[in-house]
Amino acid sequence: MLKDITLGQFFPGKSPIHRMDPRTKLILTVVYIVTLFLATNWFSYGLMMAFLVLCIKISTIPPKSIVRGMKPLVFILVFTAILNLFYSDGGVELVRIGSLAITTEGLKRAFFMIWRILMLISGTFLLTYTTSPISLTDGLESLMNPLKKLHVPVHELAMMMSIALRFIPTLIEETDKIMNAQKARGADFETGSIIDRAKALVPVLVPLFISAFRRADELATAMECRCYQGGEGRTKMKLLRFSRVDIRAFEVCTCLVAGVVTLAAFGL
Amino acid sequence: MNLEPILQVKDLNYIYSAGTPFEHKALENVSFTLNRGEFVGVIGHTGSGKSTLMQQLNGLLKPTSGQVILDGVDIWSDKKITRQARFRVGLVFQYPEYQLFEETVYKDIAFGPKNMGLSAEEIDRRVREAAGFVGITERQLQASPFDLSGGQKRRVAIAGVIAMEPEVLILDEPTAGLDPIGRAEILSNIESYRKAKNATIMMVSHSMEDVARMTDRLLVLYGSHLAMDAPPAEVFTHAQELVDMGLNIPQVTQIFLHLKQMGLDVDNVYTIEQAVSILSRLKEGKVHA
Amino acid sequence: MEENMKDIISAQKLAFRYQGLDGAPDVVVFENLNLSIKEGSFTAVLGTNGCGKSTLAKHFNSILLPSGGKVYVCGLDTSDPDRLMAVRRNVGMVFQNPDNQIVANVVEEDVAFGPENLGVASPEIRRRVDVALKQVGMYEYREHAPHLLSGGQKQRIAIAGVIAMEPRCIVLDEPTAMLDPQGRKDVMDTVKRLNQEKGITVILITHHMDEAAQADRVVVLNKGTVAADGTPREVFSQVKLLHQIGLAAPDSVELCWELNQQGFDLPLTMLNPKECAQALCDWLKA
Repeated sequence: MLKDITLGQFFPGKSPIHRMDPRTKLILTVVYIVTLFLATNWFSYGLMMAFLVLCIKISTIPPKSIVRGMKPLVFILVFTAILNLFYSDGGVELVRIGSLAITTEGLKRAFFMIWRILMLISGTFLLTYTTSPISLTDGLESLMNPLKKLHVPVHELAMMMSIALRFIPTLIEETDKIMNAQKARGADFETGSIIDRAKALVPVLVPLFISAFRRADELATAMECRCYQGGEGRTKMKLLRFSRVDIRAFEVCTCLVAGVVTLAAFGL
Repeated sequence: MNLEPILQVKDLNYIYSAGTPFEHKALENVSFTLNRGEFVGVIGHTGSGKSTLMQQLNGLLKPTSGQVILDGVDIWSDKKITRQARFRVGLVFQYPEYQLFEETVYKDIAFGPKNMGLSAEEIDRRVREAAGFVGITERQLQASPFDLSGGQKRRVAIAGVIAMEPEVLILDEPTAGLDPIGRAEILSNIESYRKAKNATIMMVSHSMEDVARMTDRLLVLYGSHLAMDAPPAEVFTHAQELVDMGLNIPQVTQIFLHLKQMGLDVDNVYTIEQAVSILSRLKEGKVHA
Repeated sequence: MEENMKDIISAQKLAFRYQGLDGAPDVVVFENLNLSIKEGSFTAVLGTNGCGKSTLAKHFNSILLPSGGKVYVCGLDTSDPDRLMAVRRNVGMVFQNPDNQIVANVVEEDVAFGPENLGVASPEIRRRVDVALKQVGMYEYREHAPHLLSGGQKQRIAIAGVIAMEPRCIVLDEPTAMLDPQGRKDVMDTVKRLNQEKGITVILITHHMDEAAQADRVVVLNKGTVAADGTPREVFSQVKLLHQIGLAAPDSVELCWELNQQGFDLPLTMLNPKECAQALCDWLKA
């Protein structure tokens, strides 16, 4: 069922990672990803892995849910592995299928590439699992604030994003309802050619769009009634504040980057 | 009345998201029979399983265990029969006006009959007949459904299901959000369809006044169980139980319960007409005595 | 002038028309409507679908502006653009569909939305949000996601969002139309409590006669004019008028009225079952 889809799932909690300022988490996630690409060998990969495991441990997020989140990505992983497996030169040739050969180098590359992607995804999952969508948006808005000088509508973009997040579950539920209502009138979404199926969606999409516009209209009125006038002169209930945890986090990450860079410099 | 069963529900169980941490029993051991021509009301608090039950009856949801038997045949016994069940058991959801999508009212009402694969003449006959049941005029048939008033849209949506000529018509709160006139119109539309086709009506409602006035029988759902299955007169004698289930009782019934407490010997009453006849008889009996 | 001071809202010779689409004639909603609401009162506005109830409500906080006449809120002219925010801060609105007025995806963030727009300082917003959530009985749900709550709970969140702006008046436009009986009761209890304990003026637009019966004053709108205005007892005893308009009285009144049609003579002022039973009992014994 459509309802079962989870988007940017958030696990509420009280761990130090949960308590970190969203800006810290955003910045550090970017730093982490960049560092991943600096890592080139067993030692630096091991160091990154140790860091990731430590973070997951601290976050109290069940590792199972991270693994479950990977499922939809299996295809990409397999695809990447195959590409790297066959299209790498060098090393000792192990198997040959026609013009394609698997070499030790290819095996190594495929392995590292998969490892890297898995670490990359786990890291970003850690961000979305420990940060509520609203504080994520707040963090983004605050980080992009300097762009306001360049007339980038930062507040408006952030508001759009948070309203979209708010309405995703509502619209999913609505889609489900309309589909059921049309099925009750004999609509068939499961059989027939692709064109037939696309056509079958018209009775769902038209009411869905109309309803989305109606909702948008009513929401705009409700927001106006509550004195919304854009970002100008607006205050926030929850102020973003860097605390001790954030400073610790920056320190740890600096060490991590230094470690990986040093290892790379020594060619290890 | 000669009771001829049309839809039987046997030991129905339904579990949502079975096998996940969100597992939730929506229906437990529900059994009942709907007869031809009957008007049955379904009452129950939010989350008592009413909506789930409705969707079981026309095969939108498959029971976890138990059977739904339409005219003697299990609706899940064969794929074709399941599809047939969609047409023979019509389902009108809450706020059905939000499912309208066609350019004209005519086309929208014709959507169901078209999906049934009927001939053009038959579709035309059904659309016009269904429009007649809900009081949609010839001119309105050619209008866009989005230009109609809220109450009219609701009636068009109901006509869209009636046009499939279901033997069982199930409606989820068909009068929600309408004013008294709009409510009365919809209820009389439904009643005229029942009379004309000897159809079975099952109406889910929060309005005790509506179910008291319209139905022959009430099903009371509570905590995913079928708690009562009896005529309104009997159901409303259990006033306190109903209140404990988060339901109301009609105001007239409440008045009569007070009268009983005041020492008057009156029967249980649930519509104004009954109340008037009993009270005037009592008063006149007194005048003559 | 003395009298006027106590009116928190007053519509004077209000006229309003919607522009007809594609050259169609304009739709006239009001031609000359006069209505005043006393500060601290609880007024119910009744009327059939399309009688102009919602249009009227939208005039009370400058969402719509009169095409003729004036609407004053707390003495401010609603058509004065400089007073727009002052008007909206004083008159909070709650709409029918709870889903379409909740902005944020955490309950407390949503309640904070209004005060944030007003530029209230952070600690004060926190205090107001907590107070408002406690007043509507939703404090324990402050960290929940709104889409997982019931309709009645969502509607109470919407009310909290409005009272966090500390308005003097709340206008509720059919707030219970989409709710189940329990949700309706919770919302009505909340609204009554705000009126009685906090002295907030309440204007409740509804089609539920039993809800209107709980107000101090009932105004019946029909085709853009005031068809009846008075206490619930005064208005609901005009059963014939209500029927003509397409409304009904509470069933207790309808019952007495039906009996009177049979030639009896019962009072039409019994709004609740107990009163009605008592009156019927006395009548039968007489």
